[in-house]
Formats: sequence, C-alpha cells, structure tokens
Amino acid sequence: MDSLKRRTTHRKRWDRLFQGLFGAATLFGVVALLLLITDILRKAAGWIDLQFLTSFPSRFAEDAGILSALAGSIWLIGLTAPIALPLGVASAIFLEEFAPQSSLTRLIQVNIANLAGVPSIVFGILGLALFVRALGAGRSLLAGALTMSLLVLPIIIVSAQEAIRAVPDSQRQAALALGATKWQAVRSVVLPAAMPGIMTGTILALSRAIGETAPLIMIGALSFVAFLPSGPLDQFTVLPIQIFNWTSRPQEEFSHVAAAGIVVLLVLLLVLNSAAVLIRNHYRKRFEA
Amino acid sequence: MMANTSDRFILQTRNLNLWYGERKALANINIDIQPQRVTAIIGPSGCGKSTLLRCFNRMNELLPGIRIEGQVLYNGEDLYGSNVDVTEVRYRIGMVFQKPTPFPKSIFENVAFGPRIHGLTENLAERVERSLQQAALWDEVKDRLHHNALGLSGGQQQRLCIARALALEPEVLLMDEPTSALDPVAAGKVEELIVNLKKRYTIVIVTHNLQQGARVADTTAFLLGGELVEIGPTSEMYTRPRDNRTEAYITGRFG
Ligand SMILES: Nc1ncnc2c1ncn2[C@@H]1O[C@H](COP(=O)(O)OP(=O)(O)OP(=O)(O)O)[C@@H](O)[C@H]1O
Ligand SMILES: [Mg+2]
Repeated sequence: MDSLKRRTTHRKRWDRLFQGLFGAATLFGVVALLLLITDILRKAAGWIDLQFLTSFPSRFAEDAGILSALAGSIWLIGLTAPIALPLGVASAIFLEEFAPQSSLTRLIQVNIANLAGVPSIVFGILGLALFVRALGAGRSLLAGALTMSLLVLPIIIVSAQEAIRAVPDSQRQAALALGATKWQAVRSVVLPAAMPGIMTGTILALSRAIGETAPLIMIGALSFVAFLPSGPLDQFTVLPIQIFNWTSRPQEEFSHVAAAGIVVLLVLLLVLNSAAVLIRNHYRKRFEA
Repeated sequence: MMANTSDRFILQTRNLNLWYGERKALANINIDIQPQRVTAIIGPSGCGKSTLLRCFNRMNELLPGIRIEGQVLYNGEDLYGSNVDVTEVRYRIGMVFQKPTPFPKSIFENVAFGPRIHGLTENLAERVERSLQQAALWDEVKDRLHHNALGLSGGQQQRLCIARALALEPEVLLMDEPTSALDPVAAGKVEELIVNLKKRYTIVIVTHNLQQGARVADTTAFLLGGELVEIGPTSEMYTRPRDNRTEAYITGRFG
C-alpha cells in the first residue's frame, strides 16, 4: 500500500514535469510570435494608410504603396485556384475511387506525396522552362498561376485524398446498394461529405502559395510594377517579392514600408485561414446537427 | 430456361460456390426463395450468411479477389448474365445493412436519393411520404423532413434506411442483421415492420437472433461452414429439424 502511494506520487511528479515542459515549449512559440508581430506592428504604425494601400511603388518611401503587389497576389490566387482545385480534386477522386490497385498507382501515389515536399524553387525552374518558354506564356500572371498550380497541386491532392478516404465505406455501399453507379455514388455521397476537408486543404494550400517568392522570381515576376495587371497575360509582382524588394533598400524608411507590407500580407493570410475555418464549421454544423 | 421453377421462386441459387481469394466461403448452395415471404438465414458467425445475401444483389463484386461459380437466378434469369445491368439489379433488389447508414442529408433527401438517381422525380414528395409511411416512420418525422437525418435515433435511422430502400419499390428486400445494432424497443419496431412488409415485398433476412427468426420468418435456412444444411418452414425447422446439426444449433449447443 505504502509503495503504491510512493509510486503514485512519483508518477504524478513526472506528469507535472512534462506538463510544465510542454507548456513552456508552447509558450516559447507564442512569445516569439508575439515579439515578432509587435515589432512589425510598431514599425508599420503610421505607415499603413489609404495612401499606402492605393499607391504604386516609388523611389521615395513616403510615396511608396502596395497596390500593384496586392493586386498581383489576388490575381495570382484567383487564377491558381480555378486551375489547381478541379485538377487536384479530380486526381484525388481518380486515385481513391477508380484507379486499380496496381503498382503503377502506388508509384504515382508515392510520387505525389514526395512532390509535396519538393523545394518551391524547383517548381520555379519547371515553370520557367514549361510555361514561360515552351508554352510562350512569357513572364505573365498566367505563367505564374500555372507554376503555382504545380506547386500546390500535390498538397491539394493529398488533402483531398485524405478527406475522401475519411468518408466511411458504408456510405458508398449504401449508395451502390440503391443502384447508384460508381460515379453517382462519388458525386452525390462521397464528394459532399469530403467537401469541407477538401476546401480546408485547398485554402491552406493557396495560402502557402501567397507566401511563395522563389518560384515567381524564377519565372521572372517583376519587383517594380507601377501598373495594375488588366489580364492574365500581363506582367505582375506579388506581396512577398515587393516586401523583399523594400527590405533590401538601404534607406531606413523603407524598413517601415516593408513592415507595412508584411502586415498587409499577414492580414490576407488571416482572411484566407479564417475562411477555411468558417467553411469547415459551416459544413460540420450541416452534417452533424 | 428454368421457367418451370421461376413461377414459384423469385430467387434461386444453382450450385453456387464462392471464394474470397483461396478461402472458400460458400459451397454448392442451392436455395429457393419464395416471393412475398420472409426467409431467414441463420447460422453461426462466419458461416457465410452475409456472403450469400450479398450474392443476391451482386454487392459481392465490390470486393477484390472474389470468385463466384454457379448461378443466381432472379425470376428465372441469370443475375450474373453478361447482359444484366448491375444498377438495375440493385434497383429491383434492395438492401438494408446491419448498421444504419443514413446519408448526412435531410430526411427527405435520404429517401429521395434512390428515386433521384434513377430519374424518378415525378411525384417525388408523395413517393417519399409513402415510403416513410411503409417504414412506419412518417408520424415521427413528418414535421422535420428537412432536418438532417443524423439527428434521428438509431432505430429511426434504421427505419429511414428501410424507407430509403422502399422508395424504389423493389421486389426483394435483403436485410443483414437489421436490428443487431438497435435496442430491444427499436428492434421490436423494425421486426413488426418486417412482418407488415411481406405483404408487398419478398424479404430475405440474416439474423443471429433465433427468437426473432421464429417471429418473423415463414421459411428458415440454416447455413454452416458455407453449406446450406437445411431449409424449410420455420415452425418445422424449430420443432422438428431434419438434420442433427440444425438441432444442435437451435438448441444452443454451438454457434
Ligand atoms: N471481404 C472478405 N474478404 C475475405 N474473406 C471474407 C470477406 N468477407 C467474409 N469473409 C470470410 O468469409 C466467411 C463468411 O463470412 P460472412 O461475413 O458471410 O459470415 P456471416 O455468416 O455473415 O458471419 P457473421 O454472423 O459474423 O456476420 C468468413 O469466414 C469470413 O472470414
Ligand atoms: Mg454477417
């Protein structure tokens, strides 16, 4: 009895110790993030205003604005989503529901999973060769969106596959037992149930694309754009490139401009991620109530 | 070709053998199912009841590595013939699973699912109401047809699945232990429902519950190790089994 008590207190001590350790680890991350954000906000204070949001870049920090980069980023996402989403979901459906269980399928599967981990610059090189040169899309938004689609496609496919796989087999069987064709079962039962997961995965993939710089520099996105793109074949810049450009200026004022740009980028990411959460909650309510 | 017997039997198997890979699950099954009757399939776990049931609406084909020999006849026609459309088979021969499988849609849309995929959208609301009534669920859900079906209790969900199957007005209803996931009260309701449904439908039910089999089934088939040991009127089977293996199972000596 006595030894049990001793062992229990012993275990409880370890329990507390680890709780403290994990808590400290979390705290470290939170504190670092808070410091970073307050630093950026402090620097950006007074620089984010209507003038900043509605002006083109300038040699003078006071006149510099984010308009063309913000427009470029929104254009880029707006073009990437309709390319990558259908392709990714269709691939996921094929791989999960229709592809035969062959070694070829498995090979493709492994490759897609690996592609999700390939450094983004590699996609930039591919995009440069394929879209900018071979397809002749030039250094356009379209070339950028196609490159970004390649980049996010593996992520979308893998997350869509996971969402599809999470739909219980009994649901498919129930549909098939009612005389549904395979495609009817997928379209009316599997896809609706997998949709929240697919949307969340897609939005998170797109928000990764928003932060990407390297592949776009590779395909020749500009860093000084004093016009708004009017179509997918126009040249462009995006937020992270513009921010990088500002941070590399020698003048002290431009570090404030860069901080203001970072805040805009963060807000855009926050909006996208909240959309992902909202969509997930919306569907969860619909499917579980 | 089997026209003489098809007058009396709606479903028949002829020397039916089935393998899962190397493993033989059904051995030389010859069984005749009478129309507008409840036929129960009983037998110990793993004897092949579900496997046999799935042969009747070709749900077995979904499993990889499966091999089927022999014939399954539906109104005298080979169910596995090359000109037979499997979606039509399942349109005429409905199935209810062990666990309720409602779709995460409204109650209405669950019942309307089958009619919709088969293009039967005329008078859809009436069809849905009729099916829910046949499944003895209408009174409980008529005020919340557009609520999510996942909000129903387990027993209600199972009756919803029965209504969903009935919405196609199938000729045959296959049920694989439809009450085993339900509490006794809910199970009783489903049982009552089965007895009422046999006026219009042919029902084949797999059950582990011998009392239930005795209450609902006109005919009982006893399966053991993939073989059909005996089939006959339920009352005879339970009181004077011909085979002593049947007797052993019914008196609870194994299973
Ligand atoms: N998908 C499958 N793959 C391989 N073997 C299977 C499969 N399904 C069933 N079997 C095997 O076939 C035999 C019959 O299985 P079946 O599910 O038809 O039995 P059952 O009588 O319905 O049992 P229970 O009463 O437990 O539901 C069992 O030995 C089982 O292991
Ligand atoms: Mg079974």
